[in-house]
Amino acid sequence: MNPVNYLYLSALLFTIGATGVLIRRNAIVVFMCIELMLNACNLAFVTFSRMHGNLDGQVIAFFTMVVAAAEVVVGLAIIVSLFRSRHSASVDDASLMKL
Amino acid sequence: MSFPLLTATAVLPAIGAIATAAVPAAQRTAAKWLALLVSLATLALAITILVRFDPDGGRYQLTESHSWIADFGVRYELGVDGIAVALIALTALLMPFIILAGWHDADPLETGSRRWRPTQGFFALILAVEAMVIISFEATDVFLFYIFFEAMLIPMYFLIGGFGDRAHEHGEEAASTQRSYAAVKFLLYNLIGGLIMLAAVIGLYVVAGNFSLQEIAQARANGSLHMATSTERWLFLGFFFAFAVKAPLWPLHTWLPNAMQESTAPVAVLITAVVDKVGTFAMLRFCLQLFPEASKWATPVILVLALISIVYGALLAVGQRDIKRLVAYASISHFGFIILGIFAMTSQGQSGATLYMVNHGISTAALMLVAGFLISRRGSRLIADYGGVQKVAPVLAGTFLIGGLATLSLPGLAPFVSEFLVLVGTFTRYPAVGIIATFGIVLAALYTLVLYQRTMTGPVKQEVSAMPDLRVRELVVVAPLIVLLIFLGVYPKPVTDIVNPAVKSTLSDVHKKDPKPSVEAAK
Amino acid sequence: MENLIALLVAAPLLGAAVLLCGGRRLDAVGHWIGTVLAFVSFAFGVILFADLLGKDAEHRTLMQHLFSWVPVEGFQADVTFRLDQLSMTFVLLITGVGSLIHLYSVGYMEHDERRRRFFGYLNLFLAAMLLLVVADNYLLLYVGWEGVGLASYLLIGFWQHKPSAATAAKKAFLVNRVGDMGLSIAIMLMFTTFGTFAFGPVLDGVGDTSEGKLTAIGLMLLLAACGKSAQVPLQSWLGDAMEGPTPVSALIHAATMVTAGVYLIVRSGAIFNAAPDAQLAVTVVGAVTLLFGAIVGCAKDDIKKALAGSTMSQIGYMILAAGLGPIGYVFAIMHLVTHGFFKAGLFLGAGSVMHGMNDEVDMRKYGGLRKYMPVTFITFGLGYLAIIGFPGLSGFFSKDKIIEAAFAKGGTEGWILGGAALLGAAITAFYMTRVMLMTFFGEERWRNQPTRSPEAPSAEPVAEHHGEHAEPHPHESPKVMTIPMILLAVGSVFGGAFFSIGDRFLHWLEPVTGHSEGDSPVSAATVTGATMVCLIIGVGIAYAMYGRRPVPAVAPRGSLLTRAARRDLLQDDFNHVVLVRGGEHLTRSLVYVDHTLVDGVVNGTAASVGGLSGRMRRLQNGFARSYAVSMFGGAAVLVAATLLMRAV
Repeated sequence: MNPVNYLYLSALLFTIGATGVLIRRNAIVVFMCIELMLNACNLAFVTFSRMHGNLDGQVIAFFTMVVAAAEVVVGLAIIVSLFRSRHSASVDDASLMKL
Repeated sequence: MSFPLLTATAVLPAIGAIATAAVPAAQRTAAKWLALLVSLATLALAITILVRFDPDGGRYQLTESHSWIADFGVRYELGVDGIAVALIALTALLMPFIILAGWHDADPLETGSRRWRPTQGFFALILAVEAMVIISFEATDVFLFYIFFEAMLIPMYFLIGGFGDRAHEHGEEAASTQRSYAAVKFLLYNLIGGLIMLAAVIGLYVVAGNFSLQEIAQARANGSLHMATSTERWLFLGFFFAFAVKAPLWPLHTWLPNAMQESTAPVAVLITAVVDKVGTFAMLRFCLQLFPEASKWATPVILVLALISIVYGALLAVGQRDIKRLVAYASISHFGFIILGIFAMTSQGQSGATLYMVNHGISTAALMLVAGFLISRRGSRLIADYGGVQKVAPVLAGTFLIGGLATLSLPGLAPFVSEFLVLVGTFTRYPAVGIIATFGIVLAALYTLVLYQRTMTGPVKQEVSAMPDLRVRELVVVAPLIVLLIFLGVYPKPVTDIVNPAVKSTLSDVHKKDPKPSVEAAK
Repeated sequence: MENLIALLVAAPLLGAAVLLCGGRRLDAVGHWIGTVLAFVSFAFGVILFADLLGKDAEHRTLMQHLFSWVPVEGFQADVTFRLDQLSMTFVLLITGVGSLIHLYSVGYMEHDERRRRFFGYLNLFLAAMLLLVVADNYLLLYVGWEGVGLASYLLIGFWQHKPSAATAAKKAFLVNRVGDMGLSIAIMLMFTTFGTFAFGPVLDGVGDTSEGKLTAIGLMLLLAACGKSAQVPLQSWLGDAMEGPTPVSALIHAATMVTAGVYLIVRSGAIFNAAPDAQLAVTVVGAVTLLFGAIVGCAKDDIKKALAGSTMSQIGYMILAAGLGPIGYVFAIMHLVTHGFFKAGLFLGAGSVMHGMNDEVDMRKYGGLRKYMPVTFITFGLGYLAIIGFPGLSGFFSKDKIIEAAFAKGGTEGWILGGAALLGAAITAFYMTRVMLMTFFGEERWRNQPTRSPEAPSAEPVAEHHGEHAEPHPHESPKVMTIPMILLAVGSVFGGAFFSIGDRFLHWLEPVTGHSEGDSPVSAATVTGATMVCLIIGVGIAYAMYGRRPVPAVAPRGSLLTRAARRDLLQDDFNHVVLVRGGEHLTRSLVYVDHTLVDGVVNGTAASVGGLSGRMRRLQNGFARSYAVSMFGGAAVLVAATLLMRAV
């Protein structure tokens, strides 16, 4: 199969994720959309790795996964504590960090 | 390995600062005494340096060198030449007087001060400044110098912003606002200068590969380190800008009047007599040695700026209504003379400039500290609030007059020798510049005598009629300074002997020779 | 013997230090310490004089090297003293007249609570003045030069509680500073020309350098002399300087300090000899000032200011003579010495009159005092005769010689200068006769009228308080005051004759200053005759105006010239409008510029950065999703830019 199709899929997934980040308010959903974007990138990396015949892209994909996992841990913890204190997981409610 | 005298001289006040800060809140007086003792001990060390320094020996003496950040070629390198020795001695000498003069400046107010142990903080900060200034004079590594050149700003910032004159015509609230304004202005000016210098320091590293002043200067001298003309000029400008802010040179001077006006008199002395000297000192040590060609290239512009500083500073001093601001503008005028002397590139000019740094330190200290005593008695800085003080406090008026006469460079007092050397040194190479600068001496007489006339003579004002004369502590501060002024005016040889060889080698760095007298030249 | 020179200076310096630092403990004896040290200095002077006399004329120079003062590469300034015939003359004049005036001051200042300090300042003055005349290089001379300026500042402003005194002191110092600027530029020029500023090498090296440089040096020295010696255009301070106590006016502003300019020019004679243009300038300044001072002296009703005008005029004679070159140097100094005697005597006499008249200075409120103050009258009268050049008295010999020398200059210049000098002699006779008549003769105008109106300028401490509005009781001054006056009167009478007979003074000074006769177009006898005629005319007019007619107690309006002369020929008005007002405007506008422009640029930058960040801050609205939009936008821009760059 032509590897370019994977790129199309990756682009599609990334766009869905980005749109989700921009329009959804629920922090969990936003979070999931970010994961979606990250994985879209992973897919693109792997595809490029395949296309160029070297392993660089795959290595970066692993890095991304590790970082994403760490991010999930921290991010979910913040969301949970936010929900506990405010009884809401809306990102728009958490706007206290402005000047 | 011999005893690291230079390190000890810088570290002692630093340790003293920490110790002073750690004195418990109740033992305020102990903190003062501790600070005074530390400053005296530092003075003893400085005198040891003075004694151990051999004017006819090598250029840099008592050197210490240790690896520090090896990856970037940063070394902990100290060494002093005659110019540095003179300035270290000046710094160490002035400190005990500054501390004594500020003895009560930081006592907490009776009505519940919100500050935490202000007295301890005040004296600790002063000692911290001393430590940093001394190490700046000693450092022969550009990076090391840069660090302390900048770090000095931190304690100075707190000294200006945190401690001011007690009484203020618009109340404590307004005073506090003005103080923070002055402190922030001071910080911003000097930080910007410092940042530009940082860029130049990095640039220098890129070009030269290390930070050692001696190595770079040597490599430049024997031609093994070539710098493109434009690179050298940019780097020079980067360094010079920072020093010109610190010195301060017109038009980068406006932070000084604010800072001196708002801080207490001892801190004002610390700024103008000690901290600012690092700027002019660094011009001599770094600008001229590292970038000799660029220094010569920039000379005409710098001379013009220095001239403007001299005349402009003096004219503004005439127009001031605030005693401390007046002294600040007078200082700007004097810094113009110092910079003029440095960039005239003659041995008289540079020896004079170095001597001027020392003498200006002493004379400004005398004038400003007496002015501080005066202000603390009446609670106002405005000249118009005084009159006839001479009648009620003759000793105060007399010492004030002597300080003023030193400021106007009366022959017989120390500043005359240095001012005349600077003028002669400038005149031999640039007659027109020398003549214009000479106008400065008339203007100096004008602002000093107008100040004296308005505050000290005339009918006694109601508010000053009960003014007490100088107390013993205050006399102890002023009398030695006056004795020094007279001594160095009559017999400046001890200082010139130390300074001359250093000036000679600086001049040979820039490949300049004194102009010959026309009679000899004709032969 | 050389080592005495340092002691000469050190004695009064010690006195000053002791008196000024000693504090109240010395109040009781301070004046005697000061006086004794002045006499000690005089004694050293006499010993040195005897020593010099013992040597032959060519070797009468003593040098004392004390220490190296400012040793800097290529710059050598030493503390070295030189005592030759010229310095010696000054030393004797300074210490001699100085000691007498110290003595006089003991009486004059008796009731002043700050008398100790007054003597401290007087001693300081003596030390500085002696340093000025024994210095062996121009820089050391400069120290003395400004030192006497300082002493003069302190003494003019001695009664500091009077704003007028404080202002006068400041003015004197400032005007002098302008002159000092000239001296420092002259020294700098010498340094660049000769590489040194010691008298020997500079004056010997004159031949090796161009006339242009020497002219520049000469003009700068002239500027210095104008400042110190109150010559036009820097003369304006001298009249105001009369705010100081009268002994100060006598010592500093008549006999010694103001003659320092003459010393400077005569000392630098070699330079002026080689620079005719500078010399011409000197003579012009001298001639103008001698007329200027004389005219001012005619119009003043304040006895001290009239004498100040006269001082200015007499120094004008000296400067004129000094500008004539070797023809005049000796006579400049001779007139300086005789003037020192009679002018100091006149001032002390004026002080004595004021002492007895509740410190009234307005001559229109004097009159007929000869009966009440016989000693003062006689000594003042002898001084008067000496200054107008009455035959046989000091002024006759010295002034006559100067007028002769002026004619001997030759050419049109000679006629003009000589004419000015003759005219000056006539005016001198007029104003001095006026002073004499208004003070000691005529009606007793002080009767039945209060002295000292509330605005009266004088507030000298009243010896005996008669109350503000009491009628004065003129009385003779105590012995301690009259003895110095008598001694000075003796000098005024016999000094000139002593110096002139056998050309003693000429032979004494000639080795230092050189002398040439010049060839006068008119004979000496003619000049003397003309001078006598001028003298008689001047005295005659004055007698007609003030002797035969009663003197009005309130000054009449007077002619335009009189009114201008009362205001020092409008020089102060000129200074006020041009320098003071102009300066005020300049400084005020500069303060404004500093605040708005220099500081404004910086503050403006800070404000615009602040404003910009205020606007930027609105982007930080706290909504995570809007941040995300900007992030995506940024990323999109980046990608687009990358693609674009590729495409290009």
